[in-house]
Amino acid sequence: MLSKRIIPCLDVRDGKLTKGIKFKGNVDIGDPVETAYQYYQEGADEIVFYDITASSEKRNIMIETVRNVAEKIFIPFSVGGGIKTVDDMREVLLAGAEKISVNSAAVRDPSIISKGAEAFGSQCVVLGMDVKKVKKTPKIPSGYEIVVDGGRTYMGIDALEWAKRGEALGAGEICLNSIDADGTKEGYELELNRLISSNVNIPVIASGGAGTPEHLFQVLDEDRADAALIASMTHYGEYSIKEIKSYLHGKGIKVRLNW
Amino acid sequence: MIAIIDYRAGNLTSVKRALDFLEQDSVITSEYSSILNAERIIFPGVGAAGTAMDDLKRNKLDKALIESFQKKIPILGICLGSQVIMDMSHENDTPCLGLVEGEVVRFPDNLKDTQGRRLKVPHMGWNSVKLKRPHSLFEGIDPNSEFYFVHAYYPAPEAPDRILGETFYGINFTSVIMSHNLVATQFHPEKSGRPGLKILANFCEWDGKE
Repeated sequence: MLSKRIIPCLDVRDGKLTKGIKFKGNVDIGDPVETAYQYYQEGADEIVFYDITASSEKRNIMIETVRNVAEKIFIPFSVGGGIKTVDDMREVLLAGAEKISVNSAAVRDPSIISKGAEAFGSQCVVLGMDVKKVKKTPKIPSGYEIVVDGGRTYMGIDALEWAKRGEALGAGEICLNSIDADGTKEGYELELNRLISSNVNIPVIASGGAGTPEHLFQVLDEDRADAALIASMTHYGEYSIKEIKSYLHGKGIKVRLNW
Repeated sequence: MIAIIDYRAGNLTSVKRALDFLEQDSVITSEYSSILNAERIIFPGVGAAGTAMDDLKRNKLDKALIESFQKKIPILGICLGSQVIMDMSHENDTPCLGLVEGEVVRFPDNLKDTQGRRLKVPHMGWNSVKLKRPHSLFEGIDPNSEFYFVHAYYPAPEAPDRILGETFYGINFTSVIMSHNLVATQFHPEKSGRPGLKILANFCEWDGKE
């Protein structure tokens, strides 16, 4: 049976991790390539890189990072952040990423989803969604609204409608980030994940709020999500991927235990 | 030299990188002659069957593959490469290479797991493979290993002895095909971590015999 995926997310700026990452044994690592390799060895099922490089001149540093990662790790990894055109996508995929994720650029021009899917196949295109809980209105019937610019700009788009539209346009997967839960370490936004996951036929990666292995259980159980993104809970050595997976396995969630 | 067949179907460089890591000489090629002269052939691919067959035919790569198969050269098909070796695919109703008898079919709608929960199509992520019999391609691989899949269609060989491995996703489907000097995996060994690399390494040693 298909395993639920555990996916560490690494924030990269100018080719460096934004914060050093401590693995158990207290090795401090600030290099995205080495960190990705550690996670690969530790049993991550996939890795997400989020490029927060501000200036476009420095984008080639990220491409070089992707190339170096692809030489060392042999599991899927995706790259998001700043991807605006099909050419941006091509560059990242040729450097060795398995998938690219589009977020704000797709909200502003949804055709980038269909163009990417046509050029490279749906399996390459992840639709990243930043979502905030709002009051239910005729315009936002689900009570979840799409936001961009790190949650500062409300787009007047209903999250459920946008997820369905993204699927119809050819997205192969959705990475569903709750801005409300992000950084709280108090658990994923369960209702949101259930709502989106049960209404699309493509996998949903839950993102935002993970603090303990139990949080992963909550969001992966009962079909709320197909995969869970984690960041700080493993980045600072609090938990290892192995511990998280053993816990989930004990709770009856199918995870990959041999690597 | 291992020829990785280039027919513009997806991420060939990841197969190349995995072979580089294993220190195996390989070349990405779409030339008829270099494919026929290769010691081994890897036939990867993601995308749709229709476009893939068009691209293969355009460069006579369909003929190169059929001839290499008849010449007993070890061939490894990956993902879409495990589908277009069949007689035909229901994806775009495409006539395929016919190296293995049978058709390529889509996962049924309303697919459910053993607890009655809805399963999504495509089948995307890590899943295990149950081998029907031992094969040198899987030598040294823990039977509990999992491999990375991403597909909505799967090959259904007519002859049961062509099925080397099966995977469960609501139904049991063929995830590894074996026919003489041809093996094909529906999953991506190049993206399946250590066990996947081991399969590629085993393929590089394989004498092409069942």
